[in-house]
Amino acid sequence: MTDALKARIADVFNESGCDKNQAKDAKERKKGCSKPLTPGAAAGGCAFDGAKIALQPLTDVVHLVHGPLACEGNGWDNRHASSSGPTLYRTGFTTDMTEMDIVMGNGEKRLYRAIKEAIARHDPPAVFVYATCVPAVIGDDIEAVCKHATAKLGVPCIPINAPGFAGSKNLGNKLAGEALIDHVIGTIEPDIITDTDVNILGEYNLSGELWQVRPLLDHLGIRVHSCVTGDARYREVASSHRVRLNMMVCSTALINVARKMQERFGIPYFEGSFYGISDTSDSLRIMARMLVERGANTSLTPRTEDLIAAEEARAWARIEPYRAALKGKRVLLYTGGVKSWSIVAALQEIGMEIVSTSVRKSTDNDKDKIKALMGGDAHMVDSIPPREMYAQLKRGDADIMLSGGRSQFVALKARTPWLDINQERHNAYAGYDGMVELVSELHRAIVNPVWQELRRPAPWEATDRDTERSTLLETAC
Amino acid sequence: MAEIIHARKSLATNPLKSSTPLGAALAYLGIAGCVPLLHGSQGCTSFALVLTVRHTKEAIPMQTTAIDEVATVMGGAEHLEEALLNLTKRMKPRFIGVATTALMETRGEDTAGDLKLIVARRPELQNVRIVLAKTPDFAGALEDGWSKAVTAIVDEIVEPHGPSVPLYQQVNILPGVHQTPGDIEWIVDTVESFGLVPVVLPDVSGSLDGTVPDHYIPTTFGGTSVDAISRMGRARHTIAIGEHMREPAEHLAARTGVPSTVLPTLTGLGPSDDFVALLSEISDRTAPARLRRQRSQLLDAMLDGHFHFGSKRIAIGADPDLLTGLASFFTSMGADVVTAVSTTANSPLLANVPTGRVVVGDLLDFEDSASAAGADLLVTHSHGRQASERLGIPLLRAGFPVFDRLGPMHRCTVGYRGTRNLIFEVANIMLSGLHSHAPEDFVHAKPIIEEIRHAGATSAAH
Repeated sequence: MTDALKARIADVFNESGCDKNQAKDAKERKKGCSKPLTPGAAAGGCAFDGAKIALQPLTDVVHLVHGPLACEGNGWDNRHASSSGPTLYRTGFTTDMTEMDIVMGNGEKRLYRAIKEAIARHDPPAVFVYATCVPAVIGDDIEAVCKHATAKLGVPCIPINAPGFAGSKNLGNKLAGEALIDHVIGTIEPDIITDTDVNILGEYNLSGELWQVRPLLDHLGIRVHSCVTGDARYREVASSHRVRLNMMVCSTALINVARKMQERFGIPYFEGSFYGISDTSDSLRIMARMLVERGANTSLTPRTEDLIAAEEARAWARIEPYRAALKGKRVLLYTGGVKSWSIVAALQEIGMEIVSTSVRKSTDNDKDKIKALMGGDAHMVDSIPPREMYAQLKRGDADIMLSGGRSQFVALKARTPWLDINQERHNAYAGYDGMVELVSELHRAIVNPVWQELRRPAPWEATDRDTERSTLLETAC
Repeated sequence: MAEIIHARKSLATNPLKSSTPLGAALAYLGIAGCVPLLHGSQGCTSFALVLTVRHTKEAIPMQTTAIDEVATVMGGAEHLEEALLNLTKRMKPRFIGVATTALMETRGEDTAGDLKLIVARRPELQNVRIVLAKTPDFAGALEDGWSKAVTAIVDEIVEPHGPSVPLYQQVNILPGVHQTPGDIEWIVDTVESFGLVPVVLPDVSGSLDGTVPDHYIPTTFGGTSVDAISRMGRARHTIAIGEHMREPAEHLAARTGVPSTVLPTLTGLGPSDDFVALLSEISDRTAPARLRRQRSQLLDAMLDGHFHFGSKRIAIGADPDLLTGLASFFTSMGADVVTAVSTTANSPLLANVPTGRVVVGDLLDFEDSASAAGADLLVTHSHGRQASERLGIPLLRAGFPVFDRLGPMHRCTVGYRGTRNLIFEVANIMLSGLHSHAPEDFVHAKPIIEEIRHAGATSAAH
């Protein structure tokens, strides 16, 4: 690993905007927040994976992965980040390094030629070049290649230096943010500036969630200049440094971008969420308040309150029909970070019972909120080993599990309803409409008669059915 | 027949390939009580795992040695040891299949040497069989990884030829990476119908066929048992399917003296006949009535289906053996293979693919060629969906991964029954795109107006 990358990682770990970090003393902070991975017991993606997740939703650029096949070949076009126009981001580009490139040290040359070929064919506004483990080990200098290519080919080439072995997915998110700060944000001046311009950081428009929320902002006259990076175009992100306010979602994935934009361009930020009804309202409220503080028309405040009141009432009215069927049903919530408490609040509101919720990725702040909501921390769990999770579901401790794809089959094999609430999901759950959608999906999953069918004993299992059948036969005779 | 063209370019766009270590991991998943372990950074496993889960719709055991920055510099032996101990303790596997990745091979690590030392000094690993395949991502693709893993299993576990009495009825089957549990079920049934006892290595029909066990199992559930593998030397014959299984078949033959036959494919009438004839010869029995009936059904399907194949222009993008098999099948039904794109050139049979040229390339080469050739049907894995949408040409999903359809594991395209299924599948795609005729379609049939007038005038004069 180059010294530059080491310094960059140390810098990311030293993030002063992170509330977990603020609670640490100087010595502890220096150690960084990378939990050492346990060989043979690790799950989750690498730093490259994280960088790609954070940037891939940028729709109109070439995302070129420099490395042997697996890094891109095993993972391209695998998420549902939606685009309102360009589809270039769904194209997989890789240098597919061969043994020859590695042995002969041809990696940099191959990368340069690949950049050239991609530009010739697709004419993109920019090329994002991702480092991976192998070129990092053989010492390919992707920053130098990008610099050279930018000068020579006249298209910005952005190096994203997050090889897999550098650390976890979360670190990769932040290294991607660093690349945006260093090479993209502030490089183009925006065409229009209004006093209600905002950016949304860390929203990836999965299944179109940005579009689920955007009409609310449109209604209030708040202009989303750029979403980093959901449904984003290069130009928007590059000119995103003149907005009045940054909203940071997805917990702390891009907190370094928010903080550095504040330092460099004087843009304040707040952390909010569009998951859950009250969270959506809070986020709108804070956004309006901060925009007014920065000079937006003061009428924004009452207009926001009116919208909140109307939308909340409408959402609850639409949720009402499901209440009877869902009341008292027990939910095992297995996700991380900000989603835990924002969904807990909503589910409790309609009378569902939370068996337990995981707080693996949650900050202390998140945990406090859960404690307050659930009256103590009895139901907070760190992580549940799959064996234990299977046992719980098999016992019938919960009526449904909400989690990500990784634990999907633990629930399904235990013949328990399951709902995807992570990034691979096909449904949009953001804003007021999203929560109505979530409740309707919960209802759809739980009332499905297939669960009774699935628990039917097989004909060869000695059960009551035998007696039932013989009675039937007798009556037939 | 076909010229092999290596695309001269530095950029792969829309990769057709899946990686070599992933191929190895898939093979390991066909062994009972197994956890595959990829020796690389955690992303190597994570990407492979997610893709395999999307394809199989199953919980897949797959672990990582989680190589980090320090191990990248100092070497991965400690991580390998820790991983083996951790997963043995947590998951209690009977078998661990290790596959190296580009990261470890670039460092030039002696993983085999490391592994030997680890196993020798760790009593905890006594009851688990550990096999290692060297599978850098930068060499080969899915078929190579699968083949290397099976070769490694043969070398490590099969007991060499000894004086033990052979079990005369046993036949070893070495399926290729593209054989689904559905395919293997047909193969097993057919072998058994000759009174033979098949041992399938690896047997994903036991482990990836979607069972719902009534307790939690962290390793593979089902698959070939280590004991059955060790006794492969008792067989009368070994049948390998696909050219990429030649190497493991040869290793097995050299180790045990069991003669082997490599069949390039089991899709199509001819290849199915070859398989049945071979079983007949091995067992010294004629084909059972059931099989004869299946063959007759296939003939009927060919009769009904050929209308929809004749002169159709087919574009195929696949690993070499799958490509070879599918191309022969389509050609035998009267279709023309106008585009053939392969992931590697690692099969001598590619030259026999019935088409002008085989390009070793990616899905962009595939899309460009299919578009230029005016293909009627695209045949490749699920990543062909974008090309299919852009070109407006229907897609038949074949190979790995198939993540946007249910049931790829139960799809059977081998033998009389599978070939029959495949004919129907293709013909139905053609039927659903069948053109419904309108008067405009017959403009060329319109006689020239002048002649009509002339003719009319003449008749009027009469």
